[in-house]
Parts: sequence; structure tokens; C-alpha cells
Amino acid sequence: MHELSLVHSIIKLASQHTKANNATKVDQIELEIGTLAGVEMDAFLFAWNASIPGTILENAKRIIHKVQAKARCKSCGTEFDIQELYDVCPQCANYVHHIFRGKELKLKTLVVS
Amino acid sequence: MCGTCGCSSTSNAVTITKIGEEEKHEHLHSHHHHHPEDHGHHHHHGHTHTENGGTKTVIELEQDILHHNNLLAERNRGFFEAKNMLVLNLMSSPGSGKTTLLEKSLHDLKNERDCFVIEGDQQTSNDAKRIAETEVPVVQINTGKGCHLEAEMIYRSLSQLQPTNQSLLFIENVGNLVCPSLFDLGESKRIVIISVTEGDDKPIKYPDMFHRADLCIINKIDLLPYVEFDVKKAKDFARKINPQLEFIELSATKGTGMKSWYTWLKCAQDEK
Repeated sequence: MHELSLVHSIIKLASQHTKANNATKVDQIELEIGTLAGVEMDAFLFAWNASIPGTILENAKRIIHKVQAKARCKSCGTEFDIQELYDVCPQCANYVHHIFRGKELKLKTLVVS
Repeated sequence: MCGTCGCSSTSNAVTITKIGEEEKHEHLHSHHHHHPEDHGHHHHHGHTHTENGGTKTVIELEQDILHHNNLLAERNRGFFEAKNMLVLNLMSSPGSGKTTLLEKSLHDLKNERDCFVIEGDQQTSNDAKRIAETEVPVVQINTGKGCHLEAEMIYRSLSQLQPTNQSLLFIENVGNLVCPSLFDLGESKRIVIISVTEGDDKPIKYPDMFHRADLCIINKIDLLPYVEFDVKKAKDFARKINPQLEFIELSATKGTGMKSWYTWLKCAQDEK
């Protein structure tokens, strides 16, 4: 349940930035989470709903952009959507690849007032 | 309850205790520690602009959610490198034999070089007490409800542990094959331990852990005649996730394969 730690990090970051901008609340928060970032979305949303009440994010609209993971085959160079870390290249069946997208865990924007 | 701040530290707050100096334990709370980046100014201000006639501010950040952990992990790493230490993050399911492997390794290595241990568990100092029997300095981190160690816990443990130059530091993470994989502690190498009493499909069930590991130790190989575990199958699964992963098969209780483990440690030190 490391998702709980992630939510706590988000609350901390949001609080710091809100204060730094002389605001008192967050109206909207935009996150980017890759499909291979190691985040279980159900657990994340559970942790979110359990942690947000009483914080600066309580009434914030939450937008989550899911980023589909992509890999480049180290053997033939094919780029493909990767669902699991052990997926093989659809072109040459090699499993040595570089994941260049889909590990994002990002706080993109905040709208504060 | 904590006598300093009144928190219910034994339930779910993080506590750090040097074994032998139990009364000096400290707690990790945001309300009474100064985090290194809390200087009154903020990094990653991002780009801001206002909307609705100036009442709303849009802050564009593009900031990593693990920024705080990663920052402290890099501080730890710098400290370890400056002291030419080899730091190993040991991760596994509960019961795979991490503590037994450590006890045996410390017994064999402690006269060759200075060793230090950080023990991570949700509750109790049982493992740290086992380590303390080997007379190697050990700090116990109790994470309370937490399921993994974070860089900040290591950062704060180091002031109690006072590791020496050229030393070997073993960090035994909380027994869990999922959560610890996401949190960099500043270690030199990541080691995942599985035992043959577990399923040989562990690597594909918990791919994140194997994806980021440098070495996979397969423990309890003395039990192979009695279990269904297929070593080759386990390795093949793990290599599909991480083709660079190295393997050592050993039995910490019987001592089989320990030599390969010590050779690996020596090479890891020389590589630095």
C-alpha cells in the first residue's frame, strides 16, 4: 500500500505550492500516472479518498492522465505499447527492451485560490 | 505514547532505535523535524498565471511525486560515496531468510571490514536484536503502518549509526515484494531474495521488484529436494523482466554458496 505514501507526498507538495503562491485552497489538481509506474489505481483512489478530507485538497477537482507505457526493442528498434514488464517485442519476440514512457508519477498542475 | 511530543508512536508513527541505546529513540514526524529542502523557499516553483480576473492561479509544475524521496536518496548516496561505502538494499517477502543471511554474512565478514545494519520492520526490534548478537552496530526502524523504508528514514538513521569509511552497510527492508521497489534509498545495489519454499513464478507476479534489482539471491537451496521449485524456470522468468539480473543460489543456514555471495560483494566494491 505504498499508494498511501504517494498520496501523502501529493498533499505535502500541494500544500507547499499553495502556500508559496499565497493561496489557501486547491481548486484543481492534475496528475500524470504511467501504466508501469507501479501504482495500483484502485489502491491509489482508496488512499486518496481516505486521506484527502481535512486537507488543502479536500474540494479539489482531480484529473488523472493515464500514460500508456511504450518500449523500444533493443534488437530491432520497434516501438510498441507495453502492458507488462515481461512483454516481448511484437516484431521479433525479443524481451530486451527500453521502456521510454509509462513510468511517470507527476504532479502536472495545480489551480489554487 | 511518545514522551517528547505526545504522539502515539507505538501505533503507526515511524521510530528509529539504535540497539543498546533504546532510550534515545527518535520519531519521524513532519511537525518537529526540519527537512533539508524546507528552507522557506521552494524549488520547482513552476510557471504560474492567473485566471478569473486574478482570483485563481494556475501553477504548472511537472514535478515528480517522489521528488522528496529522490532528493534525500541522492543526499544519502553522496554521503555513502564520499565515505566509499558499499550499501545494499535487501528486499524480499517475509520469511525468505533475509535476517538469517545477514547473521551468517556478518559473522563471516565482520573481521575483514566494518559492517553496519539498518533493520526495517513494521513492529518489534526482534530482527535487530538478532543482528546485535553478532556485535555489529544496528539501528531498528519501525515503520508502524508503513510497508517500506523511505530515504528519509535512512537519512535519520545514519546519525545514530555513524558508519565508518570503507564500511559495508546492509539495509534490510520491510518484508514486502511490492512497495519497497518504488523507493530509492541511495543504495549502491539492490538485492532481491527469494527462497525455494516460495513459488518459482514470483518474478512475474512481482515484476517491479525484479525489474530494478541488480542481484537475485535464491535462498534455502538445501530444501530443493523437498519442494516443487524449478530454479531454471524462476531465473528465466526473472531474466524476461531484467536481462541484466545476476543470480546466486545459496543456503544461509547450511552455508552452501556463501562464497559466491562474498565474491559478488567484493566485485561490487571494486566496481565502485
